[in-house]
Amino acid sequence: MNKSRPKYLDLTRIKLPVPGLVSILHRISGFGLFLFLPLLLWLLQSSLASPDSYVRYRDAIAQPLMKLILIGLLWAFLHHLFAGLRFLMLDMHYGTSLAAARSSSRAVLGIGIVLTIVLGVFLW
Amino acid sequence: MVKRIVVGAHYGLRDWMIQRVSAVVMALYTLLFVLILIFAPPRHYGAWKALFANQAMKLATFVFLVSLFLHAWVGMRDILMDYIKPTGARLSLEVLVALALVAYAGWALQIVWSV
Repeated sequence: MNKSRPKYLDLTRIKLPVPGLVSILHRISGFGLFLFLPLLLWLLQSSLASPDSYVRYRDAIAQPLMKLILIGLLWAFLHHLFAGLRFLMLDMHYGTSLAAARSSSRAVLGIGIVLTIVLGVFLW
Repeated sequence: MVKRIVVGAHYGLRDWMIQRVSAVVMALYTLLFVLILIFAPPRHYGAWKALFANQAMKLATFVFLVSLFLHAWVGMRDILMDYIKPTGARLSLEVLVALALVAYAGWALQIVWSV
């Protein structure tokens, strides 16, 4: 048996099923978190180093643009965390049937978005 | 058509393990952190600093951050292997990512132990 797969890799023609969407968002969110590591380390450092730097940290996170970035990163973190836990579950052969995989991927996508909105409103 | 050539007896197994073990470490630290925020929220600079002045918290935070950097290495390497086909460009970016992560590890050490 020699199948030539996939037939095509035209991104505009591929309609991803939900588990595929969760998977590519897992990758994109991980990449985004990597890019913003220096910002996050800087915030951690400022928050801890001294009372003066703590004030700078508070000023920095009060900026609307910074809030938007941090809420975006919060979604990236939450999605990456829950999608990652789902992948660990799949690694251990839990929920690998098509129906279970679809419903767990919907749950992961939903939890990430809902928690981001709830925490985002709370933190703004 | 994608031709997939798999070589080597233990190809990628160590990275696969690092990715998962570091993921579990980070998930546990996240859980710890959320519990702290719920049950003993540090509401001002003094309390926040006191939290990280604790030796156990320093060690846990450092282990979390090192896990994060190892995890980021495996993930970024996967991404670069998938999308950057010219070998020179891919290797250069891999070196850049690796050096950045080593630098972040030094930075993390400084942050955690200057409290």
